[in-house]
Amino acid sequence: MSKNKMPQILAKDKEISVPGETLAIGMDVLPGVGTYRDKEKIIANRLGLVVIEGVTIKLYPLSGRYLPKSGDTIICKVIDVGFNGWRLDTNSAYSAMLSMKDATSDFIARGANLTQYYDLGDYIVCKIVNVTSQKLVDVTMKGPGLRKLKGGRVIEVNTNKVPRIIGKQGSMVVMIKEITGCYIVVGQNGFIWIDGDPNNELLAVQAIRKIERESHLSGLTDKIKEYLENNVKIKNDLQTKN
Amino acid sequence: MTYKQRIDGRGFDETRPIEAEVGIIPRADGSAMFKIGNTWAYAAVYGPRNLHPKFLQDPQRGILRCNYNMMPFSSSGERVRPGGSRRSKEISLVTEKALFPVLNLEEYPNSVVDVFIELPQTEAGSRCAGICAASMALADAGLEMKDLVSAVSVGKVGDKLLVDLDYSEESYADGPVADIPIAIMPNSDKITLLQMDGEVNKEELLKLLEMGKKVCRQIYELQKKALKEKYHEADG
Amino acid sequence: MHRELRSHIIKLLSADTRLDGRKSTEYRKPIEVKYGIVKTAEGSARVRIGETDVIVGIKMEVGEPYPDTPDEGTIIVGAELLPLSNPEFELGPPGIQAIELARVVDRGIRESKAISFKKLCVEPGKKVWMLLIDICTLNDAGNLFDASSLAALAALRDAKYPEFDGEKIDYKEKTNKKLPLEKLPIAVTVAKIGSEFIVDPDIDEERAIDSRLTVSSIDDGTLCALQKGGDYPLTLEDITQMVEIGIQKAKELRKFL
Repeated sequence: MSKNKMPQILAKDKEISVPGETLAIGMDVLPGVGTYRDKEKIIANRLGLVVIEGVTIKLYPLSGRYLPKSGDTIICKVIDVGFNGWRLDTNSAYSAMLSMKDATSDFIARGANLTQYYDLGDYIVCKIVNVTSQKLVDVTMKGPGLRKLKGGRVIEVNTNKVPRIIGKQGSMVVMIKEITGCYIVVGQNGFIWIDGDPNNELLAVQAIRKIERESHLSGLTDKIKEYLENNVKIKNDLQTKN
Repeated sequence: MTYKQRIDGRGFDETRPIEAEVGIIPRADGSAMFKIGNTWAYAAVYGPRNLHPKFLQDPQRGILRCNYNMMPFSSSGERVRPGGSRRSKEISLVTEKALFPVLNLEEYPNSVVDVFIELPQTEAGSRCAGICAASMALADAGLEMKDLVSAVSVGKVGDKLLVDLDYSEESYADGPVADIPIAIMPNSDKITLLQMDGEVNKEELLKLLEMGKKVCRQIYELQKKALKEKYHEADG
Repeated sequence: MHRELRSHIIKLLSADTRLDGRKSTEYRKPIEVKYGIVKTAEGSARVRIGETDVIVGIKMEVGEPYPDTPDEGTIIVGAELLPLSNPEFELGPPGIQAIELARVVDRGIRESKAISFKKLCVEPGKKVWMLLIDICTLNDAGNLFDASSLAALAALRDAKYPEFDGEKIDYKEKTNKKLPLEKLPIAVTVAKIGSEFIVDPDIDEERAIDSRLTVSSIDDGTLCALQKGGDYPLTLEDITQMVEIGIQKAKELRKFL
């Protein structure tokens, strides 16, 4: 065989692809994440959005539950309080352990009642320090921004949309915070905490849901900015009328 | 006895009308509806999620658990007692075997992916409808899958080989009947479900499997379309 | 365990809003009632309230009457909280939540005399019609009581007798004869949280409420069934207000039939 055949890319960039679909044919195309090679063909390994980067084809996931990763900052709910630590719901198939020594920079005496720190049902922001091959997850509360959340509400979003909700270098979530005046913490695991004045809090939630729905469209930041400004304006007008 | 024409006038290689929709159960991680003729199936996927009791866990991969169930009012005769039967348990098993080969759950040790299939209305071909719905729901749930799974029943009624037997054909009394539900992975033509009730000879069986593969590829196009439509709807 | 959520909802209510922006006496939208969606059932309906989605199917059988009511047919209501509809529902026989749901729906229909059981009699002492009403949940986004009651009523409205020759039922042949439906009982669930009342609690609110009262009433406002649930008591004042709200909202919901 002297020449390689010209690679054929069958899928279009930003197209939705379905498991089993042939995305490209040829040995010069590389299977990126979400795809696999079967002889000459590159085939979709999941439901996803096609992303063509040079000679690599990958699929950006649109759905799927969170899988804990070391280094992620997540929001968890306390589901069990033991002698040495707490068990946490991470919004995934795997719960996490927070041990006493990682819980706070304060000194906790042995035998202390741990519920005075974090109690059942509390939401906390923590960071994953280790995930074993068996998916045992260890987290820490020691670090900037890691804390127990008080007040507000926690909503659940599609974990795959979190990058869009945060935006480039946080630009999207910062914009929502500024316009609505709410405190917002976004967990990589799809839990988001929002606290603010009742109407603005609802507006922030609606904006986040809108980002979830329209995450694959371009110009989203501007659209969300417009949406927020229009709706904040409506509420302000109603208030001044009264 | 010759079976001259199908009672509903279909061609021998034609299925009943099909409808498919994805994402109809918002609480589930993935969901879909598949309707073929008067047989109607819902499937919902929850997972990967926590699995208890511990002895069921597999430290190397997530496990797949399927449950097939008919709603009490789904049969054209008397009410079906809720709680499943030996038949529904067997169907749950073969459904799981039909779907497992396409899934890769190695990233999720010790967890479970639960698939629940419920049928509000059945009129032949229910296990195949359930598998078609379940496979769309698994893809909707974002799981790693080599391929979808498409299923249909093929068979022999009297002297004719045909696809997608309806109730009257399953219970045809004027000649031999064979009812053969099959499921395939449409992009590699590999068979993941094969059962048979009735009598056929080897040549007929092979011919029927070819007919089935062809129809399953058509069904795959509809499943694909339903999946893409759900995500395109978000396109403002 | 849900103290925080509860305080938060109370804070929102003091600003006259809820987690999803509704007012306290607002039902979710859309509310949809679809009739006759299951061909194999003698009667069926599907109801959606917001994202809560429920199917009810009715199968009819002829059997022997109960000895103390020889000239009356009957209804038997069953409910299945399908694992399909909520990640917290497990496989298995109906638990207490499913049983409560079935019995509350049953009481609304039975006590309002929506169907005259005497009209279901075929041959006194020997043969009566039995209406087997089965509730199956498709998506539980909260307030299954109201969605299931509405769907059961709509299914009764949709139902037609199958052919019966006096001995055997031919399920494949439906007649055009409808059931003798005389009243339209509507269930409205009112919940108390703090000192506020809300209707149609959604799945998040259900976790945080103190108690609830499901009020079933007919067109003229007569009450036919009540069910209190939740861990906390209600005062007489509370009940008076909740019943009033229940009757008013029932009039609105009835329009969707």
